[in-house]
Amino acid sequence: MSQSFKIRKGHNIKLVGDAPKNDLGNVSSTTYAVSPLDFPGITPKLAVKAGEKVQAGDVLFFDKDRPEVKICSPVSGEVAEVKRGAKRKILQVVVLADSAITYASHGSFDLKSGDRGAAADHFAKTGVGALITSRPYGVVAGMSEEPRDIFVNGVQSGPLAGDLAYQIEGKDAEIAAAIEALALMTTGKVYVSQDADAPSIAALNHEKATALTFSGKHPKGLVGSQIAQAAPINKGDIVWTVNAIDLPVIGRAFLKGEYAPQYKVVVAGSKITKPGYATITQGANLASFIGSHVNTDNTRIIAGDVLTGTQIEATGFLSFGQSQITAIPEGNQTEFFGWVLPGFGKFSTNRAFWAWLFPNRKYDLDTNLHGEERAFVVTGEYDKFIPMDIFPQQLLRSILIGDIEKMEQLGIYEVVPEDFALAEVACTSKLPLQEIVRNGLNDLRKEMI
Amino acid sequence: MKFVQNIFDQTRPLVEKDGKRNIFYPLHNAIETMAFVPNHTAHSGAHVRDAIDLKRTMVTVIFAMVPALLFGMWNIGRLHYGAFGEESTLIDNFLFGALKMLPLITVTYAAGLGVEIFFAWKRNHAVNEGFLVSGLLIPMIMPVDIPLWMVAVSTIFAVLIGKEVFGGTGMNLLNPALTARAFAFFAYPTWMSGDQVWINTKGEEGAQLVDGYSGATAMGDLATTVGQGMDNPATNAVMAEFGADGTYSLLNAFLGLIPGSIGETSALLILLGGLFLVFKGVGSWRIMLSFFIGGLVMAGIFNLFAVNEFMGLNPIHQLMLGGFMFGMVFMATDPVSASQTETGKYIYGFLAGFFGIMIRVFNPAYPEGIMLAILFMNVMAPLIDHYVVEANIKRRAKRLANA
Repeated sequence: MSQSFKIRKGHNIKLVGDAPKNDLGNVSSTTYAVSPLDFPGITPKLAVKAGEKVQAGDVLFFDKDRPEVKICSPVSGEVAEVKRGAKRKILQVVVLADSAITYASHGSFDLKSGDRGAAADHFAKTGVGALITSRPYGVVAGMSEEPRDIFVNGVQSGPLAGDLAYQIEGKDAEIAAAIEALALMTTGKVYVSQDADAPSIAALNHEKATALTFSGKHPKGLVGSQIAQAAPINKGDIVWTVNAIDLPVIGRAFLKGEYAPQYKVVVAGSKITKPGYATITQGANLASFIGSHVNTDNTRIIAGDVLTGTQIEATGFLSFGQSQITAIPEGNQTEFFGWVLPGFGKFSTNRAFWAWLFPNRKYDLDTNLHGEERAFVVTGEYDKFIPMDIFPQQLLRSILIGDIEKMEQLGIYEVVPEDFALAEVACTSKLPLQEIVRNGLNDLRKEMI
Repeated sequence: MKFVQNIFDQTRPLVEKDGKRNIFYPLHNAIETMAFVPNHTAHSGAHVRDAIDLKRTMVTVIFAMVPALLFGMWNIGRLHYGAFGEESTLIDNFLFGALKMLPLITVTYAAGLGVEIFFAWKRNHAVNEGFLVSGLLIPMIMPVDIPLWMVAVSTIFAVLIGKEVFGGTGMNLLNPALTARAFAFFAYPTWMSGDQVWINTKGEEGAQLVDGYSGATAMGDLATTVGQGMDNPATNAVMAEFGADGTYSLLNAFLGLIPGSIGETSALLILLGGLFLVFKGVGSWRIMLSFFIGGLVMAGIFNLFAVNEFMGLNPIHQLMLGGFMFGMVFMATDPVSASQTETGKYIYGFLAGFFGIMIRVFNPAYPEGIMLAILFMNVMAPLIDHYVVEANIKRRAKRLANA
């Protein structure tokens, strides 16, 4: 029994450089880094000092306000450095990896007889709890919360997204264990979504899960759109979300007690010389990999996709929670009278450019903003990209003026920044919508706690 | 294009924050960003962006206005030479019109952009593109013979009071172009209404106006029928002009071969512009359609209960006259001053069209009811949006209560 939904609002951004199922092998690195900045909603407190030995799965830092939120080391080795920024803000914890990884064993978990408390404890101590995002606010979940439902997102529809079936193949036992573990955490349902426009992934079907299928356009692959269709979030609800690609990592933590955040990362984009899939452990330094796989001349390298990913340096590390590496050209060039030209070859979701004549064209997009930031002028533009029953522009305005009550009334609990990513791409006024929503959620959370 | 870029690069230090000519920074920036789409890249959020920006949106609207504008220029000449019974070619008409129109456009842009640039400098932001459209709309809704200084004063009033006091483009309550017209209408009524201003009758010395010349507009003539009842011999002569062979026949009104504000007369070319805007996704079809239906409903009701010839006019004919079509396509659709919710747009458009015809017919002193109706609905739009948004809030609250 599965519920099916069709997402009619949205847009598929078609980019050149998609990845064939081409195995690029294991990417090894001598250093690994974990950045607290990749974990929204935590105030990091270090659990290790430079020079200390750690095993994979030992806590590197935890949230000051919710100590059960633990961020663990992806590898074993020695803590090489704690990089700090202004006001001693922790930017990165760098670990010098052993040549052979040893895992801290937290013991396997008996899924048959385990209860919620024990499962929560296991999620926390193995570090896989950090793979769960909690809504509202879109922050790392605290294990003491009791979520109404848990949504596992098995749809990847973003630009140049990887083939999920290929990325998680051969991990059926771990996936099943992860779904069972999640089921222990809620008295509500565990929903597992799948892409109706792609072959069904058998491993994601589980008796303890409610299956959902989504067809149509992106953002069908954003869990926010899925929740809005299946069971919208109300004020006071807590809903957890998990990416299906993280299930094998969660499963391994429950079956073997080990934290091994290793992913088959999709590597794509027009600046990638050899697109494909590489097996990378989260936090790995990508310098040598990027050096051999990316044309780094005037290139933006993104951990994640072009809509929601974070920019990384050519010598940077794979950010937490990202299983995609995208490289596109920087758009730091001017264009003579670009706003008047017919624009047959210009990417636009709007018919103002003549490129709408070629709907199936793939674009080699760069990072140019194509204009300057302006006030809200065009109306009804964002609605076309957000398949939820909300008024995006009104919500954004309430955030900008800091009206908490209006934000609540207009449904801020239902959204996280990524839900506004497509609207941000389309925005005529070039406004930073995701940043506005993130600030709104942070303000709201501060107010509530 | 390197040498053009070099000019901007070389002059930039002069106008930047510590430069001697900082007051010109907004102007420098406006011209530079017009010549070159800037090299700014995405720094937060999505890494790729749509090619569209506000300049593109606004220039699309300008393209949509061009047919009506060119026709308006030609019509100025045609009416002028017609008034003297002189023969004239298409080129003569057009050149005469262009000579009248270009000063109007120049003065409007100079006055409006002057204010915009001053505020951009004061507030330390870039010049917004909104006035590119307003600055062309204003001359198109003026009578041909209006003195230039009145246009300048009206424009400055509109930009200052209609827009900048609210915070600039995007924050304004009223449509700036209509604010300019409303200001001119109430401040200089003799130059904005009556039967002297719509056709240029300053001929060469000794030239005589043709017999039976009338400089009135269809609206003005119709207003004279009010209070006269139906089928009155006194009004029959006027109404004959609205017949198939009359000056204001449906065909003439549709094509635009009638006197009126410069750009408003040709329903055909305005409609063409409207279709272009809808097709390009820049103009709201919801507003245009509901505006038309609103006008049609009101004109239809009047037609059913006609007690004078104005009310009795065929509804479609009614809509082709005056500023109705121009208001529908270019004025009511201003995204900032219109309703901002999609549902609200239907209500806003319908009521604007409905009240436009109502004011026009019920108050013949204001033959241009459309302008007042749209301004009125501009003020009401936030209220409409409030109720539309409130419905969403209630729906959410209900879902919470049922959960």
